[in-house]
Amino acid sequence: MLQIKDLRASIEGKEILKGINLTVKPGEVHAIMGPNGSGKSTLSAVLTGNPAYTVTGGEVDFYGKDLLALSPEDRAHEGLFLSFQYPVEIPGVSMVNFMRAAINEKRKYFGQEPLNASDFLKLMREKRAVVQLDNKLASRAVNEGFSGGEKKRNEIFQMAMLEPKLSILDETDSGLDIDALRIVAEGVNTLKTANNATIVITHYQRLLDYIKPDFVHVLYKGRIVMSAGPELVMELEEKGYDWIKEQVDKKEE
Amino acid sequence: MTTSISQYLDLYRQHGDAIRNHAPAAMNALRDAALAALEGATLPKKGQEDYEATDLEQAIAPDYGVNINRVPFAPDAAASFRCDVPNMSTCLYFFFNDIFAASRTAARNTQPGLVIESFAEAQKNHPEVLEQYLGSLADVKKPEVALNTLLAQDGMLIYVPKGMVVEKPIQLVNILNASAPVMALRRILVVMEEDAQAKMLVCDHTQDAERQYLASQVIEIVAKRGAMFDYYDLEESSDRTHRVSSVFVSQEEGSNVLIDGITLLNGFTRNDCYVDLNGEHAETHLLGMTVASAHQHVDNHTFISHNVARCQSNEMFKYVLNDSAVGAFAGKVLVKENCPRTVAYQGNRNIVASTDARMHSKPQLEIYTDDVKCSHGSATGQLDEEALFYMRSRGISEAEARQLLMQAFMADVIDAVRLPALKDRLHHLVEKRFRGQLAMCAECGATSCGSKIDNA
Repeated sequence: MLQIKDLRASIEGKEILKGINLTVKPGEVHAIMGPNGSGKSTLSAVLTGNPAYTVTGGEVDFYGKDLLALSPEDRAHEGLFLSFQYPVEIPGVSMVNFMRAAINEKRKYFGQEPLNASDFLKLMREKRAVVQLDNKLASRAVNEGFSGGEKKRNEIFQMAMLEPKLSILDETDSGLDIDALRIVAEGVNTLKTANNATIVITHYQRLLDYIKPDFVHVLYKGRIVMSAGPELVMELEEKGYDWIKEQVDKKEE
Repeated sequence: MTTSISQYLDLYRQHGDAIRNHAPAAMNALRDAALAALEGATLPKKGQEDYEATDLEQAIAPDYGVNINRVPFAPDAAASFRCDVPNMSTCLYFFFNDIFAASRTAARNTQPGLVIESFAEAQKNHPEVLEQYLGSLADVKKPEVALNTLLAQDGMLIYVPKGMVVEKPIQLVNILNASAPVMALRRILVVMEEDAQAKMLVCDHTQDAERQYLASQVIEIVAKRGAMFDYYDLEESSDRTHRVSSVFVSQEEGSNVLIDGITLLNGFTRNDCYVDLNGEHAETHLLGMTVASAHQHVDNHTFISHNVARCQSNEMFKYVLNDSAVGAFAGKVLVKENCPRTVAYQGNRNIVASTDARMHSKPQLEIYTDDVKCSHGSATGQLDEEALFYMRSRGISEAEARQLLMQAFMADVIDAVRLPALKDRLHHLVEKRFRGQLAMCAECGATSCGSKIDNA
């Protein structure tokens, strides 16, 4: 579904991604780990089309389409979803209006009629249950006054609503207590099918206890410097990143 | 030297007798002072204090006609105008240019004891009210106020007796429509006796958008002890309509007044609002909302004077400017000596959505008492890029995301409206305005709303 070839990107003239290669197939869960500042969040931002970043090279194919040529909204319609590390508060825009706009624009993209009010509310109710999101939160402004855990649950709720083919979870575990982490992870696992895939970006192994990856990649200095199976998670947990950093830094010298 | 004022002084010299003959005595009693104030006066020019972006001299300069002989138009008021706020039944009145008229249903909707009538009628029925209050607040040292005082021939009196709660909102629809450029001079006097309560909605519309108009209005609001009054002023006129409006408010102990100025469509607008808090525990809410595009010009100037202790004022003005629109806000809150426990908040927030649009903001606090809680703030910027991307990443198009954010920006000033039906209506109108649908209210007869009306 996703093929990233030699992807390079910069922000304000500074190159952050220095040639990323990654292939993701339906049904797979990929974990991308790595020390702070290695480019993990930049990768998710570039894939979803954040205009703050400039792509300076490489290509990304998503189901046969040139992903980088699509607007952020069309990438969403095509089935890409990002669970934000820092979900944005939008005072004055209610969750209901926000989700209705998102759902109906997607339907329009595929030539479907807008969802009627009762079907839409039914869908909201159904998907809220996936992450046990309180109805009160769903009727408030987007993320406004939500706790850290509520914001992350709200991200997974939106994921449930939009039914993406590929979800990128960017540090979804940060700022979560153990109960919220479990609810979020169970939500993600509930949404898992043989036809969709997940990229879990995380610093720690904590979330990967709940969401089992098939592949683990280590991102360092803008490149994937190591790829392995799930066993790498334990190794990183024991030994940290220093040994990988040393290997890479030595090679550079 | 010929100034824009001198042409109207000439007009008064020539036609003063006719104007006096058509007007009630209480209005005539104010003319000499107005005339004296205007001799040698000039209107504020751009760059003067509190006129940083606005030139009144220019706004009044065109040779507008004044309806000296009180020629009526639009004989069937109710038929020519169907604009309404859904789910809101009102006591409905009109100014056709400067001719006051009650709707057919107004009498039926008016409670016994409530007085809503033209100054001409009030001169016969309630002369003591006019004589006591008319001109008691309006300051003729301001040339635009003096000009209105000199030339206006009629007005609207709202008198709410002690303790009366007016159940239905009072709605006044100002319609501009003439075959030549016209200056419509209007005057409103509101007297809220002790513990009286009322809400008023004023809508400005222009029917023949090809013509040039100047709407000049002076509004005086007297709120006695414990009175509560809401004044919503919604302008949806045309790009050739100029408007110069001055509101003067005096509040006694425990009174609560809300003034909300909304400009959705206009040409040139200058709104002044002066509030005097004269009794303790009085509360003022001053709200403003402007959406301007093309070459629209909207300037709001406010002055709240805390003259006694323990009053509260709360002020918020918001602007969204596009294209080459110009917005201006100059707001001053004065807390005089010996006014402890004053609470005053003033805010001005603006979104400038294009490179050619301009916003001038001047928030001012002047405080001469120690024990007060006051703050002010002004911010002008663009839409939040992070919020835009967040929405786009969920599949919401950039255009739609901008729409939602602009509406959200205005949401709190709309939610401060204390008439639920009007609040819903405003959310709807603002959404339509942002979507560039100048046809604002489908039911409305005014030209700005796109429906056809034959000129009377």
